[in-house]
Amino acid sequence: MQTLNLQVNGETHELSVDVRTTLLDALRQHLHLNGTKKGCDHGQCGACTVLVNGKRINSCLTLAVMHDGDEITTIEGLGGSDTLSPMQKAFVKHDGFQCGYCTPGQICSATAMLDEIKEGWPSYVSVSLVGEPELTSDEIAERMSGNLCRCSAYPNIVDAIIEVGDKS
Amino acid sequence: MSMDEPDTRRRLDDMAQGLIGKPLDRTEGHLKVSGTATYAHEWAVADQAYGVLVRAPFAKGKILSIDKAAVLAMDGVLAVIDDDRLLRNPAQGTANEAPVQGAKDVVYLGQPIALVVAESFEGARHGAQSLSIEYDADESVAIDPEASDAQTEKPDEKQFSQGDVDQAMQEAAFTVDQVYRTPGHNSAAMEPHCAIAQWEENQLTLYGSYQMLKYNRNELADSLGIDAEQVRIISRYVGGGFGSKLGIAPEAVAAAIAAKELQRAVCVTLSRQQVFEAVMRRSETRQHFQLAADKDGVLTGLSHVSLVSNLPDETFAEPVGQATHFIYGGENRRIGLEVARLNKTCAGSVRAPGEAVGVTALENAMDELAEAAGIDPLELRLLNIPEKDPEQDVSFSSRKFRQALKQGAEAFGWEKRQPVPGQVREGEWLIGMGMASAARVNVLMQSEAKVTLSADGSVIVETDMTDIGTGSYTILTQIAGEMLGVPMNRVETRLGDTDLPSASGSGGSWGASSSGSSVFLACEDLREQLCRKLDCQSADLTLKDGQAIVRNRSHDLVELLGGESLQAVGIIEPGETSENVRQATFGAHFAEVAVNATTGETRVQRMLGVFSAGRILNEKTARSQCYGGMIFGIGMALTEELLHDPRDGHIVNRDLGEYHVPVNLDVPQLDVILLDERDDHASPIQAKGIGELGICGAAAAVVNAIYNASGARVREYPATLDKILPYLD
Ligand code: FES
Ligand code: FES
Repeated sequence: MQTLNLQVNGETHELSVDVRTTLLDALRQHLHLNGTKKGCDHGQCGACTVLVNGKRINSCLTLAVMHDGDEITTIEGLGGSDTLSPMQKAFVKHDGFQCGYCTPGQICSATAMLDEIKEGWPSYVSVSLVGEPELTSDEIAERMSGNLCRCSAYPNIVDAIIEVGDKS
Repeated sequence: MSMDEPDTRRRLDDMAQGLIGKPLDRTEGHLKVSGTATYAHEWAVADQAYGVLVRAPFAKGKILSIDKAAVLAMDGVLAVIDDDRLLRNPAQGTANEAPVQGAKDVVYLGQPIALVVAESFEGARHGAQSLSIEYDADESVAIDPEASDAQTEKPDEKQFSQGDVDQAMQEAAFTVDQVYRTPGHNSAAMEPHCAIAQWEENQLTLYGSYQMLKYNRNELADSLGIDAEQVRIISRYVGGGFGSKLGIAPEAVAAAIAAKELQRAVCVTLSRQQVFEAVMRRSETRQHFQLAADKDGVLTGLSHVSLVSNLPDETFAEPVGQATHFIYGGENRRIGLEVARLNKTCAGSVRAPGEAVGVTALENAMDELAEAAGIDPLELRLLNIPEKDPEQDVSFSSRKFRQALKQGAEAFGWEKRQPVPGQVREGEWLIGMGMASAARVNVLMQSEAKVTLSADGSVIVETDMTDIGTGSYTILTQIAGEMLGVPMNRVETRLGDTDLPSASGSGGSWGASSSGSSVFLACEDLREQLCRKLDCQSADLTLKDGQAIVRNRSHDLVELLGGESLQAVGIIEPGETSENVRQATFGAHFAEVAVNATTGETRVQRMLGVFSAGRILNEKTARSQCYGGMIFGIGMALTEELLHDPRDGHIVNRDLGEYHVPVNLDVPQLDVILLDERDDHASPIQAKGIGELGICGAAAAVVNAIYNASGARVREYPATLDKILPYLD
């Protein structure tokens, strides 16, 4: 057992965890923040995507004890069921989900992804390696390809993200 | 009500609230996007222990002994369960009784054989990995259904013959005689199976992730040897199913046994690898097609003989020829099915069992026939649409098959397709178009719902139906709101709990039409009750925005109720219309692909699906279902394939890193056209199923497009680079 501090959605939590506990399981089992999902536990599906110090990561692929003092944002931190963020609203409007299980991961991923584009990170489909990439559907699809959706809401996910990206 | 007559009243069309068919947002959407919808693993059940299943590392044989002591001595380990009631196989859809039990006899690699329970998930996982077992493995493992020594069966009821196909083949102007193969598939729903079991005295509550609760309850009770009345299952939200959660799976029974033994709640979740190995796979298929056509391209004979596989004790056999029976005409017909008994993970339903692979291969064969006869593939389909069911002397119910093909061709720009393969090149990419028909049987199932019109004018819908992403919450809310004239936010729909009236469950595409009909019937009853208060006929009553309007007079619904609540139960049952007409859904797929001239890589550039499936209840959720099916089709066409090691049958690619479901960039922005249709025979709401139609034939459109682009005729799915490369110069 080891104790650590996590800043989750702006609140400090001190917790004591088995060192084998992933960040994902710490959020779900210890903090009861069940919005972050476990689809594979092996970094293959993206359902567990959260923001750590503003950057998206797969929380199943990292141990909780590696994040002492880190700032974590989960889906609950982006917006509650009656205080939805623009991205969450756009997912509802465009039906960017069906079963909803991959959805918190998609939304966390999309939120951070738009920042990456603003910061000028290029991707595999970017036409140029410098400058701010254009917000095309291909650019979004490529950057969201780490988030699997077996219900296959992909076209709607892309539409939702384009809407939010265009506005911001 | 038993569906014995077509319901030509089309009552939903008379209503005034204006909800049906509209592209309304999902009612539970705000919960899903905020991470507050409760899936199985997320119930705050106090004092849970965690269980992890242990897998058999061999494909056939017996467990001799399990060394429990060493694991029980580990920190935090509470129990090692190897009860004889543990499931060997998961339950098939609508099984309604215990599946094969007895985990000590091993018949496939990855079969669960024991459960380790500990205070923490980490402790249970470590315990499960450390459990040492002694076993006697039998080397004679059957893996390949086509092996010369494979044991096969030909169930009589699965063979059909009419006329003489062999003679038709001899006399035909054009023929196709080819074998197609599709590999095993995994449903790969994003939420792994999970169950939390909690006992109070002899009452079990199981929070799980299942598609068909009324059946699941009986399956679980029977597996445990208790009465169904002692079991309650709760599945409010299900993170995808696609067939894998039709029946109970090993986690449910293991959690229940452990919880009873430990006198505390136990949560058992399958790992992703266990979902691959221990739940359900779609069988691989070998499909032999013989098509005979006259000089005009009209089919005179059609033979579709398939080989599939399953475990020794299973009766399910992928119904490959299900739609071949009725989609096209042809006097002489033969449809056969053979089952090989293998030591591979249980085969069961995966999205559109039968048609997903059967229509797909049929549509590849039709593409080959079109080429042989020198007829446009679209034309060939149009030529062969039968007037009546070609095997039984019955008519089709509604069927806008021809319109789907024609409208799709026009919207897609099919006339721009070059008939000769390999003619269009853009840089290093070869471009081609392909099309395929879509068809899927339509089924109505018994379903019951209770609807309450409360004194304050709000409405509660209750049924143990599930919403597995299909939109049940939303469409049931729409139906009740439409029938009773109240806005969406005044209707509360409660699902996913066996304490509620028993529904059809989600599967076989029958959920929306069956459970929707039960809600509709309950609402009709409530309208009658209101009519009695107003002394009018239901046909003269308009309900809208909380007002009851009769003879040009408006009554406030709340006042009319006068402090009283009204309640009604609706029950739909399949009846004679299931027999006296052929009910199915139809459609057409069009795809444009680019095949890399150097690497053989295929990218789908455009895809259009046009579907005819009776009344569309919600244009938005229906469209999403179609996207989902079509994208499953893209996966089937290009990447999805369960690979079994030929020596011991273990699934080599048993995770999402190696079993490749489509990712976002694999999918172009798709188009879907939903045809306006009413099927009076299908259900009193004129709706049919739509959840599976989108996958039926979709992969064939892609593979036919690959041929048109590159000249590569792939008859073994998926169309990976290695199968295309030999055709490129
Ligand atoms: S659960 Fe972390 S990537 Fe799948
Ligand atoms: S919404 Fe079901 S997996 Fe994405």
